[in-house]
Amino acid sequence: MILANLPFMPEQASTIAHEIDELYVFTVVLSTVVSLLIVAALIWFMVRYKRRSADEIGHRETAGDWLEITWTVIPAIVFLGLFFWGAKVYFDTYRVPEGADRYYVVGKQWMWKFQHPAGNREINELHVPVGRPIELVITSEDVIHSFFVPAFRTKRDAVPGRYSTAWFEATKTGTYDIFCAEYCGAEHSLMIGKITVMEPADYEAWLVDKLPERTLAASGEELFQEKSCNTCHRADSDARAPILNGIYGSEVALLGGARVTADDNYIRESIINPAGKVVAGYQPIMPTYKGQLTEEEILELMSYIQSLESAGHEGEGAEGTM
Amino acid sequence: MNPGPGQKEQDMSSTAEHQTDAPPDYLNDGYGLRSWLLTTDHKRIAMLYLMSVTIFFMMGSFFAALIRAELVTPEGDLVTPDMYNRLFTMHGVIMVFLFLIPTIPAVFGNFFVPIMIGAKDLAMPRLNLASWYVFNVGAVLILYSIFAGGLDTGWTFYVPYSSSYSATNVVTAAVGIFIAGFASIMTGLNLMVTIHRMRAPGMTWFRLPLFVWANYATSIIILLGTPVVAITILMVGAERMFQLGIFDPAYGGDPILFQHLFWFYSHPAVYIMVLPAMGIQSELMAAFARKRIFGYRYVVYSSLGIAVLGFLVWGHHMYTSGQSAYAAAVFSILTMLVAVPSAVKTFNWTATLYRGSISFQTPMLYALAFMGLFLVGGLTGVMLGTLGIDVHVHDTYFVVAHFHYVMVGVTVSAFMGGLHYWWPKMTGRLYPSFPSKISAILVFLGFNLTFFPQFLLGFMGMPRRYHAYPVEDWQVLNVLSSAGATVLGVGFLLPAVYLTWSLFRGKRAPANPWGAVGLEWDIPSPPTKHNFEEDVVVTHEAYDYDARRDAIAAAAAAKQEADLV
Amino acid sequence: MSEAVQNSRLAHWYRSWEEQTESVTLAMWFFLVTEVMFFGGIFTAYLIYRAQNPEAFAAASHHLDIVMGGVNTAVLIGSSLTVVMSVWAAERGKQKALATWLFLTMLLGLTFLVIKYFEYSAKFEHNLVPGASFEFHDTRAGEHGYVDPSRARMFFHLYFFMTGLHALHMIIGLGIYGVLLFNTLKGKYSVRWHDPIPVAGLYWHFVDLVWIFLFPLLYLIGRH
Repeated sequence: MILANLPFMPEQASTIAHEIDELYVFTVVLSTVVSLLIVAALIWFMVRYKRRSADEIGHRETAGDWLEITWTVIPAIVFLGLFFWGAKVYFDTYRVPEGADRYYVVGKQWMWKFQHPAGNREINELHVPVGRPIELVITSEDVIHSFFVPAFRTKRDAVPGRYSTAWFEATKTGTYDIFCAEYCGAEHSLMIGKITVMEPADYEAWLVDKLPERTLAASGEELFQEKSCNTCHRADSDARAPILNGIYGSEVALLGGARVTADDNYIRESIINPAGKVVAGYQPIMPTYKGQLTEEEILELMSYIQSLESAGHEGEGAEGTM
Repeated sequence: MNPGPGQKEQDMSSTAEHQTDAPPDYLNDGYGLRSWLLTTDHKRIAMLYLMSVTIFFMMGSFFAALIRAELVTPEGDLVTPDMYNRLFTMHGVIMVFLFLIPTIPAVFGNFFVPIMIGAKDLAMPRLNLASWYVFNVGAVLILYSIFAGGLDTGWTFYVPYSSSYSATNVVTAAVGIFIAGFASIMTGLNLMVTIHRMRAPGMTWFRLPLFVWANYATSIIILLGTPVVAITILMVGAERMFQLGIFDPAYGGDPILFQHLFWFYSHPAVYIMVLPAMGIQSELMAAFARKRIFGYRYVVYSSLGIAVLGFLVWGHHMYTSGQSAYAAAVFSILTMLVAVPSAVKTFNWTATLYRGSISFQTPMLYALAFMGLFLVGGLTGVMLGTLGIDVHVHDTYFVVAHFHYVMVGVTVSAFMGGLHYWWPKMTGRLYPSFPSKISAILVFLGFNLTFFPQFLLGFMGMPRRYHAYPVEDWQVLNVLSSAGATVLGVGFLLPAVYLTWSLFRGKRAPANPWGAVGLEWDIPSPPTKHNFEEDVVVTHEAYDYDARRDAIAAAAAAKQEADLV
Repeated sequence: MSEAVQNSRLAHWYRSWEEQTESVTLAMWFFLVTEVMFFGGIFTAYLIYRAQNPEAFAAASHHLDIVMGGVNTAVLIGSSLTVVMSVWAAERGKQKALATWLFLTMLLGLTFLVIKYFEYSAKFEHNLVPGASFEFHDTRAGEHGYVDPSRARMFFHLYFFMTGLHALHMIIGLGIYGVLLFNTLKGKYSVRWHDPIPVAGLYWHFVDLVWIFLFPLLYLIGRH
């Protein structure tokens, strides 16, 4: 569309970019028109009412309140309209579509570390397939960073101690910039990377070429055993710890009556600070793993737990979530 | 002390005839360092503040010049990354805390609020002097932290970088900002109490000049907001020194809590910067169109509305922080609402020119610049408040451009306009008109050349606080921006020259060089120590030009005498 | 007191005695508003973290000495009473009574700080203070469930920050009352002019009120 070729706009390489640009161009045009009208009025008054003698004064005006009310209500309506349009676009960037592939992003001074669901790891470069919704689960190992891809109009802060989520669906193959958009210290401006969008077939080929021995979930399964999580979280000892099959995304009843959704942050908290939220019907006996796992290891465990389906069969979603 | 019966309105005769038996003006009422450093005269304190903030503005500008010099090339070739991080931090800290927040209330508020309400001084003159000292103590600590190795956290001090990772003088700077904030609170307290309690008989609330209302609304924000950033800064200091844990996820702390607490003050803080500027704008438009501000009451309500609503929108700085989308939506809708009173004011100022008698002296040039720059700055603020747009432009040069349009384009323009408007009154001297108009034009052109390209850079994706930029295409716009900064710098330097010159060689100013209406124009230039020789009783509304035609005529005659171009 | 001395208490920039009294009183009220916002920031942080870590905060809170805290509360309420009495005495020009009530206020304030000193020392002995030596051993799965020591640490840090800030305000209050007492003994206050007495009283009442909020929030979590 025309918008795609306006000067001073980055490429539109995602499904949401077009929506954002439309909104932006509309507000720019509207603002320009309004500004020009006011400036025109100012210029007209300046010319027409220029002082003609040294002791001339202006005419006292008494406005009807109707004028004031009009120019209060109309801007309010326009701004609120912008709000609704902007909110709609914003919620579109927040609601991750069903079946999106989950990639993990860990920001650290001063690099971006990526983990593919298939297990591939990359640093400062990310390869993704075109035309698929991709969910990014983002965190930081140290200070706050922000993952920013201008071509996708995607931006989300990477905050230590929690996960934030963003998603995009790339529409064009090519290579696009990744920037860190939250000041993070000495090499903030060097914390940049490239995201390469490929045709699905090329992506598959690339994955296989760079495939590590294990998927993310399989690494998680190994950790699960290595760290002895499986001594309590087993199918046959539900007296000691909740079964984790199917838990991801479900509603959990806590000791004390509250109910929460078992999302990424919940699972992470359960590993780092288990006493924070104890499941109803269980004793708070799980020890904390804080300091014993890196962020990437936590993500592997999460990937494993997410893959545990409620049909009671353990094992990773071996199809690699493609 | 008590106003007696039969007191008449302040006589508007020219004081030029009473030189020999008139009391000395405030500048000549006592000489020597002690008489200045121990003064309690609000006018002298205002001039002391003017001296301080001018020095700090120059320091902040110096850092800005280095930043723009570095950004001329994409590579980081002028300074090291660490040095660059210190440069933009110090530019921000000095400009925000040592110039934008204090200046207009502490200089023009101090000088003119008592006069505009018909009082002899502020409610607490000794507190006023103390505030200047406290301000400078804070400033010295902040400046010390620069010279003792610098500060590199950004003026926004986000944790955990500032609390656990930065190796610079965070605690010293934080204490300095805390102390400077105390001075701000002292000034706000003083202005609030003065406006409440010391108005002259007849000066009812709705007869107050809009500059007084602006200082009142600003003081509300200062009192409610500043203490929150004070405690937040203390928390960061405690985190740094004692590992308090309050923002550290390892101890259950939340870095986002810092952002909420910080922006709870720092958003209203921008209204501390803007409301007094809008107050000056009202004075200028009224004076140079020679009629009352259109919709006076609505401008008052807008000021108060901005002060209140400004406290409800802080989360619009945090749309991408990971807070819930619903919270973001609430903040966005409130942000749209806080934009409305600003729009109302813009329309009212424009309408003030209708059927006015408009003259284009230098202060008016700044007021007109204000209108254009506020349109851009304010409307881009609405864009940033729009959720869908902000996700893309947050933390890019789009934001940098927006806030410079409002902070420089609005606050500094109004400061310059007020300075040129009130300079004859404060100093008793006229400055040469031609260079002043040239510098106003240079400021306007230089400013736009500096900052308009930054909107484009931001939308293209150039992030903030980047020492080197990786996209060659961005260089052209950066070069334009740096060129503009040079022009802007010249525009700001010229007044330093001709205003200083005017102190020694400028023509003596008459009481009312602009032919404006206001209590400050009824007293000599410069005023005497006690402002009014007779007690003031007010019988007219503000900007009542119709009632003062003869005063205007007399002023016009005196103006011709003074040979003002 | 002579007319000249009396009138000298009316600062020349005010139009009347009323204007002066109302101005300084209003100024103190506005200052107290800033203090509310100041304490409000740390109270907000405390409330948020307490809501997120109820067991840890409750367990940690039980290590605070409720007897000392309770006595301190009574002491401060008592000191507010002496403050009220000092205003009463000042309004009637009763110099000796005024001096006495001011002195008693200071005594009670000092008592508060001494008790606080003992409380803090006890915390030091048990290694419950901010810093490298912090240890919290009460992690048994008892009435509070499993308690994460790092969250208990957060409680203690907030405890010291908040009560420390409060104690600092008390010390400043003591300084102010010291000056008032000194001035009273020199005969500065009269029925005609005694503004500093009620104005300082406002400040003292406020500091007392902060404690009234601190005590239940910090000391009385989950106690039966």
